[in-house]
Amino acid sequence: MHSATEPPPIDAADRRIAGYAAIAIALSVMEAAIPTPVPGIKPGLANIVVLLVLWRHGWAEAAWVALLRIFGASLALGGLFSPGFALSVAGGLASLGMLVLARHLPRRWFGPVGISVLAAFAHIAGQLLLARWWLIPHEGLWRLAPLFAVAALLFGLVNGLIVARLLKKESP
Amino acid sequence: MIEAVRPGDWLILGLGALLAGWLFWWNWQQPAATRVRVYSNGRIYAEIDLAAHRRLDVPGPLGITRVEIDRGRARVAADPGPRQYCVQSGWLARAGESAICLPNHTAIALVGRTDAYDALGY
Repeated sequence: MHSATEPPPIDAADRRIAGYAAIAIALSVMEAAIPTPVPGIKPGLANIVVLLVLWRHGWAEAAWVALLRIFGASLALGGLFSPGFALSVAGGLASLGMLVLARHLPRRWFGPVGISVLAAFAHIAGQLLLARWWLIPHEGLWRLAPLFAVAALLFGLVNGLIVARLLKKESP
Repeated sequence: MIEAVRPGDWLILGLGALLAGWLFWWNWQQPAATRVRVYSNGRIYAEIDLAAHRRLDVPGPLGITRVEIDRGRARVAADPGPRQYCVQSGWLARAGESAICLPNHTAIALVGRTDAYDALGY
């Protein structure tokens, strides 16, 4: 701990995290404007940023960006600490947990697309479990699982391809 | 050099597609149950909305069979029978599923809008 008047110095990583988080929050706010047929099914564009940070700067910074994004987007859109926010946190933590596991996968065989799909599935699994045990304690909730799984597969694939594309641009 | 989709990615995509397909199959192989029928001595002892959250003690020759209904699923929580087959059936959630406690002449069966079978006898 420093003295109260002297905050710890801000380093390059802090600035980087803040910048990425800002982009992720902007993407979250943008996609909130897109109408969806089933509530809860979203492209999750902010995860593109999280995956990019994971690839470039490692897991710890990706976790920072993901959590700042959840708080920031909730502040911007309203609904901080609402049930929707809790679902967002559950999904975010579950997919971060999956990223922690998935970073041990060999990069030679597993690229951003696979990791993105894994994270997307973890995301919906975390949300469904929280919703089942807390928000809607009814077995009927599992009937939504197939729709969510298809959405996770589709958007995980698309987001992963975008990440692969962005990474390819910077390292020819 | 980064290939867009690597071999492991294909594996994950394939497994994800399998999981999604399995979820669809699992969801639509059976209609959702809406009510639970509780039998005692071959007769309907009670018929309860599956959305309820309650406990029911059903009397039989050996003692009390305890049935639990928990918002969309039901189970036999306790039974005096020796082999506990009905308790080990666990939670039931789909129409047509049943747990039968033969020694105590009690059973639960889940029903949807249409019956999967005509009768349950001993």
